[in-house]
Amino acid sequence: MEVVQKRIRTDGTSLFVRGFGYVFIGLFALCCVLPFLVVVGTSFTKEASITKHGFNIWPREFSTFAYKIVFENPNLIIGSYVVSICLTVVGTIVGLFLVAMTGYALQRPDFEQRNGISFFIYFTTLFSGGIVPFYLLINQYLGLRDNYLAVLLPGLMSPFLIIMMKSFTRSIPHAITESAKIDGAGDFTIFMRLILPMTTPALATIGLFIALGYWNEWYNSMLFLSADMKYRPLQLFLYNVITSADFIRNSSAASNVPLRDMPLESMKMATAVVATGPVVLFYPFVQRYFIQGITVGAVKG
Amino acid sequence: MLMCLPAIIFFLIFAYLPMPGLYLAFIKYNYTDGIFHSKFIGMENFRFLVMTGDLWRLTFNTIAYNLGFIIFGNLLQIFVAILLNELRKKWFKKVSQTLMFLPFFISFVIIGLIAYNILSYDYGILNNILKSLGADPVKTYSNGHIWPFIILITYLWQSTGYGSIVYFAAIMGLDSEVVEASEIDGANALQRIRYIVLPWLKPTFIILLLFSLGGVLRGNFGLFYNLVGANNTALYATTDIIETYVFRSLMNNFNFSMGSAVSLYQSVFGFIVVLSANWLVKKASPDNSLF
Repeated sequence: MEVVQKRIRTDGTSLFVRGFGYVFIGLFALCCVLPFLVVVGTSFTKEASITKHGFNIWPREFSTFAYKIVFENPNLIIGSYVVSICLTVVGTIVGLFLVAMTGYALQRPDFEQRNGISFFIYFTTLFSGGIVPFYLLINQYLGLRDNYLAVLLPGLMSPFLIIMMKSFTRSIPHAITESAKIDGAGDFTIFMRLILPMTTPALATIGLFIALGYWNEWYNSMLFLSADMKYRPLQLFLYNVITSADFIRNSSAASNVPLRDMPLESMKMATAVVATGPVVLFYPFVQRYFIQGITVGAVKG
Repeated sequence: MLMCLPAIIFFLIFAYLPMPGLYLAFIKYNYTDGIFHSKFIGMENFRFLVMTGDLWRLTFNTIAYNLGFIIFGNLLQIFVAILLNELRKKWFKKVSQTLMFLPFFISFVIIGLIAYNILSYDYGILNNILKSLGADPVKTYSNGHIWPFIILITYLWQSTGYGSIVYFAAIMGLDSEVVEASEIDGANALQRIRYIVLPWLKPTFIILLLFSLGGVLRGNFGLFYNLVGANNTALYATTDIIETYVFRSLMNNFNFSMGSAVSLYQSVFGFIVVLSANWLVKKASPDNSLF
């Protein structure tokens, strides 16, 4: 599908543009990774070296002390991992199912209220009550404070994803639905048996969006899960490690290292590495589907 | 069709149920009295916001940042997409795309940490470099003037890899025969970009531009909150946006009414902006308008 690269004769300007492209893209790509390397580098640096020389990509004085302390008491990190993984898996499966079902139903030409309901959903992107009433609703009226449901439920669906699914399923001819109907299949059976298998690329893309949303979720967690909760989603856990002194104090007590000897900075970085590392290793494989999904969506318009 | 029922219930609860809560904007909310027994004060909250100048500052910051994001973001994305298309080596394209995509996959918490790595007064890389050059270190976290640049750069850093894919996909949809023909006629890369690729990208650009205009009053809360923190008073003048203000009124000052007043203002004003943007889309290309 690429713009054809055969050329009659490569002239100077074109060569220059190409060379510039390699340099610019290369540098930009480098800028995208370097900051992560600083985090990794710092996590392996001796604390004294940080206070003296500041952060660096390459550790001047190598040390794994920060990791030792982080892993001295791994329960919290493991618990956070479990919470985040559960939220992501459950949220993605349920959310994907609901989004797919709604998207499919909303484009069926024989569904009379489809425009009304579409507008009902779409309107919420135009006008909203804002965060304060939302906060009161979850906290006081639904009573979901300190409940993982407060994080799980609001992320299940979004108008954007439903509209995306709607335009994906529109490419499936309605005749398929109709012929299945004549054969006596119910709407739900048609959806499960026929439509879902035919929309796998769309499901993969939308599922990735939902999963990424849950994995990186910290906003609702911060609003609705208080500090008393033992296991918090990974990003909130990380946020607390980075910003609060309590965590450092607790780990210093737990690991019998005096507070003044605690590797403050390198520990923050080490926790960040432990919390994000696996995802970063995993992401190049997932990224391919993202690019495909966006490409398909963009070409279809 | 029962299949829509879950969605209807979902949006009813999480999107429509909070809407009457905007009544909060017109009362002096008091926790013990609850929403319906607190004192009704009409437009008093709004009057306060205008008088203190908060509303003007929030509106200005939110819109200015978003316009910066939209303009520079799109330009850089197009630029990167075009350059990517010029490259010949497949592996280089793949690797660089993967690397550029990385920041999009990372939570704002990590991005905040990275910013701290670079900007911190005592240990930050920026000051390391300045010091080694013999210059004076900068007190980043108390100097408001440099934050618009920091926030814009972070935004570009995070979103360009992802955003350029849309344009890259659009370029791939370009008819290769047109390109070949231009090459036979002796057009060089710059001419090809100028006369074929750019005009081809124009509709995509316009649509994306107008859609993003609709959200011009919505802030990128995660970005601002994790970079700046919600409580850095020294930076309010240049970094406070509607979302951070509302968040503060909720979590720190417990001033629910003031927060709601700002939200209501944002919703109503935003609604008008969306309608205008849609009107513009309709004029530019009738097929792509929202309604």
